[in-house]
Amino acid sequence: MSLILRGKVWKFGDHINTDYMAPSFGREEPWEQRKKYILHTHKAFTEGCQPGDVIVAGRNFGCGSSRETAPANLKQLGIGCVVAESFGRIFFRNSIAIALPVMACKEISTLFAEGDQLELDFENALVKNLTKGKAIKGPALSPDLIKIVQAGGILALLKQESQKTPEG
Amino acid sequence: MGMTMAEKVLARTSSRDLVHPGEFVTGKIDILMGHDLSFFTAYELMIQNGYKKVWDPNKIVVIIDHAVPAPNIRYAEAHRKIREYVEAQGIKNFYDAGVGICHQVLPEKGHALPGRLIVGGDSHTTTYGALGVASCGIGHSEIAYVMVKGSLWFQVPETIKFVLKGVMPPGVSSKDIILKIAGQYTAEVAQYKAVEFAGPAAKGLSVDQRMTISNMGVEIGAKFAFFEADDKTIAYLKGRTTQPVRPFGPDPDASYLEIYEMDISSLEPQVAFPHNVDNVKSISEVGEIPVQQAFIGSCTNARGEDLVRAAAILKGRKVHAGTRLLVIPASQEISIQMAQSGVIQAFLEAGAMMGPPGCGPCGGGHLGILAPGETAISSTNRNFKGRMGSPESFVYLASPETVAASAIEGKIADPRKYLR
Repeated sequence: MSLILRGKVWKFGDHINTDYMAPSFGREEPWEQRKKYILHTHKAFTEGCQPGDVIVAGRNFGCGSSRETAPANLKQLGIGCVVAESFGRIFFRNSIAIALPVMACKEISTLFAEGDQLELDFENALVKNLTKGKAIKGPALSPDLIKIVQAGGILALLKQESQKTPEG
Repeated sequence: MGMTMAEKVLARTSSRDLVHPGEFVTGKIDILMGHDLSFFTAYELMIQNGYKKVWDPNKIVVIIDHAVPAPNIRYAEAHRKIREYVEAQGIKNFYDAGVGICHQVLPEKGHALPGRLIVGGDSHTTTYGALGVASCGIGHSEIAYVMVKGSLWFQVPETIKFVLKGVMPPGVSSKDIILKIAGQYTAEVAQYKAVEFAGPAAKGLSVDQRMTISNMGVEIGAKFAFFEADDKTIAYLKGRTTQPVRPFGPDPDASYLEIYEMDISSLEPQVAFPHNVDNVKSISEVGEIPVQQAFIGSCTNARGEDLVRAAAILKGRKVHAGTRLLVIPASQEISIQMAQSGVIQAFLEAGAMMGPPGCGPCGGGHLGILAPGETAISSTNRNFKGRMGSPESFVYLASPETVAASAIEGKIADPRKYLR
């Protein structure tokens, strides 16, 4: 997969938890109904999110429950990447595990308004606001984690690694 | 150079003498825990990816707790399949519906031993930190990965320490300590850090009370949430395991990123307001908040001591008209003890509904879902919007004693006036 992502920004504040990304209520409903509940605290997002859009958020994005359905729902909506000031670490790990590019960057919220176009160079931890012509370099992600995302997720990487060794 | 508890466990499990915060290591997993949501999804993912056998069935613990007993056909089928899967893999550490909540059963059955590295398909896996275990939650893809490989990548976290001092006042318990910490330092204070709870007041807490704090460690962002394993830990585990149990703690010259001190001598009961766990006020600042549901349960606060303290407040009193009180013990073992000691009788005579050991309504599962406009006070761990039902309902978090007092008054109430 390309690790250069571009998309329209949806902005979120601090402490957006994983219950909001994959709520218990409505979980039995089919995808077409259920998807309206994803990040339900941001009404415009639930109505207007399009595949390829991206998320910029404040602190502690993805706090709370370990449910992998949280990043999985974002991926299924077509969210290209999430850049936040900081992340709940289980959500961060889960995103890497399913190859949803995520990056922490302390000043990111001040750099983007909702509707701006973002470009993320995941491997080089470089974020650009294409609308406003600003750029910021975030802290480099570990090569181990970039490898997981490049492979398409932790299970894809496991498969690749087993194919290299004879005992499989 | 000395190591913290997190560093020690990650060093041992990655066959290193010394590790430093920030380093990436591959840790061999001592125990993998899954429940009826996480194990089920992860196992099917493992099979779909073409793997037939788990790396070591003796290192896997599976518990059915989130929907107990099965509330609908979909869950019933998932539970039936789990029983087949554990049989097929020879997973003997399988605890079927009714044995209890995973974060009570795993310690009860002697799987959480000091110094172990445990990962589980649930964020409150940090609970076992109360027994000196490096334990944290992971998602189902990583569970599937661990099922095959038996190891996982970890970035060694920095460690912060909370030194607890003073004597806990009557009517106040460890839930109030962790809520106070969340309120004062925010839900991010331990973001991606290991936390060690230390000091004389931490040592003075029973294992049950330590579990409440370690359980809520994830709510302040903690990767691991440790108490030193001491004689209380050894006493707790007596008879629960044939493995040797030794004290476990940090080296005296370990390095901490931050050290916080807290004197609990004048701590009041605390309440977390909707819709964040760190939106905390002292009981004296709460005001008039009527509640339609009061819930004593969950992996946070439904252990024997929690239920004894709550029942002592409810004994001989009645639940307020218009308020429903629901009590769900964390395990079958606890239920039996509570039945024998008269605690369950006290709950029933007060007008409580008793539920089967499991998660119940905590995460919006079943057994007490809230309607739009309803308010609940609960001994659970999260109060996000829609957590326990309708996104237009409200959840306040508190200790079991505060929940009990609130059930009597029909509004959020101070338990200290009900102490005998």
